[in-house]
Amino acid sequence: MNKIDALIIGAGPTGLFTAHQLKLIGLTCEIVDNLDKIGGQCIELYPDKPIYDIPAVPECTGEELTNNLINQLKPFDIKFHLSERVDEVKKENENWVVKTNNGKIFLTPNVIIAGGVGSFEPRKFPVKECEKFENKSVFYSVKDKKIFEGKTVAIFGGGDSALDWAVELSKNSKVNLIHRREDFRGAQATVDKVHELAKDGKINLFTKYQMTSIKGEAQLESIDIKNEDNEIKNIKTDYALGFFGLIMQLGPIANWGLNIDKKTIEVDTEKFETNQKGIYAVGDICNYPGKLKLILSGFHEGALAARACFKLAKPNEKYRFEFTTSSKIIKDRLGVKGD
Amino acid sequence: MTKITYITHDNKNHTIDVQNGLSVMEGAVQNDIPGIDADCGGGMACATCHVYIKDEWFDKIPAKEDGEEDMLDMAFEPKKNSRLSCQIIVSDELDGLTVNIPSKQG
Repeated sequence: MNKIDALIIGAGPTGLFTAHQLKLIGLTCEIVDNLDKIGGQCIELYPDKPIYDIPAVPECTGEELTNNLINQLKPFDIKFHLSERVDEVKKENENWVVKTNNGKIFLTPNVIIAGGVGSFEPRKFPVKECEKFENKSVFYSVKDKKIFEGKTVAIFGGGDSALDWAVELSKNSKVNLIHRREDFRGAQATVDKVHELAKDGKINLFTKYQMTSIKGEAQLESIDIKNEDNEIKNIKTDYALGFFGLIMQLGPIANWGLNIDKKTIEVDTEKFETNQKGIYAVGDICNYPGKLKLILSGFHEGALAARACFKLAKPNEKYRFEFTTSSKIIKDRLGVKGD
Repeated sequence: MTKITYITHDNKNHTIDVQNGLSVMEGAVQNDIPGIDADCGGGMACATCHVYIKDEWFDKIPAKEDGEEDMLDMAFEPKKNSRLSCQIIVSDELDGLTVNIPSKQG
């Protein structure tokens, strides 16, 4: 069990800066995120898109912003728990016991939810019957490519994941690549490669098609795909892979006894505390009169929530406000020399 | 004000006066029309404000910009008449616009 002063849920820009604020005022914290990388929506949804409204940063991409925030955290040794989703938050005396889907347990008086719009989960096939085959012959990511050797695989999607796997699996499997339009949005080099492999008969390409049904009893046998003119084709297949990106789901947060309205958590604007003492919400996921879903708002919210954490983490100490420009204690924490 | 009709998946019509300048997505969210999630808040980054445009309206609204078609790849059951409602800005010309909301957004 990890005993810490504060646990941050979400490693997006708000979670990262909140960690910085916690460490500056001398609290310990760790960060959990369901994604396999740091950066949240910035890295998952718009790594290459420029952002123009970060104070004092005229222009930066989602990836650059993330890297800068990670750099800002360098003086501190912060433990990240990636690819972990917090499933359970339960009160135990003065602390919260927080459990992840992989069985990690944290004990902390403060939980800061910086969860954006919830956790990222793969988008699934619209065809409901696919659930029956999920993780057996229908997958939304590849963990072990060996299982596809010598088999027939139907790959759906038009982005890099779909194309990369089509190219890779075409070496040892019969690959059908199905996409809803003729244009692919993956990297041009990969798109070219796919067309080349299609010409050589290594990949069967079906554009303007989408899945309409999936067939098989115990085992997946075939899928029906339909084009815009309602022509239906039946394709025999052993596996179906869908790469439609990720979608945000509020997920288990809904079960923690918080006041939730329209997928956001109600907080006060002094501590950004929820209706549960010691649980805070900051960034896109919090809601209060006048809330703006801007990254800069998340920074402010995190700074105030961090101060609120101090009281519960060190009930016998008095928090003293200090500036990074002048405080020797803060400079020591940052590892920089005082003047 | 411009009248926009949102037809939810249960076939209920919701006709709303939406202020010009707002997006069709914002009109839905501000009026609690179910089925338009708009997770990313209008940044063309999530495809959860996906709607189907009535045929007679499809060519009357400004065409898609780069990136919208890419996001529609991610949408739930995209069709020829799919659009992201965050990218359609309400104006007098759109008075009477009717959009269908898919059964779900993800």
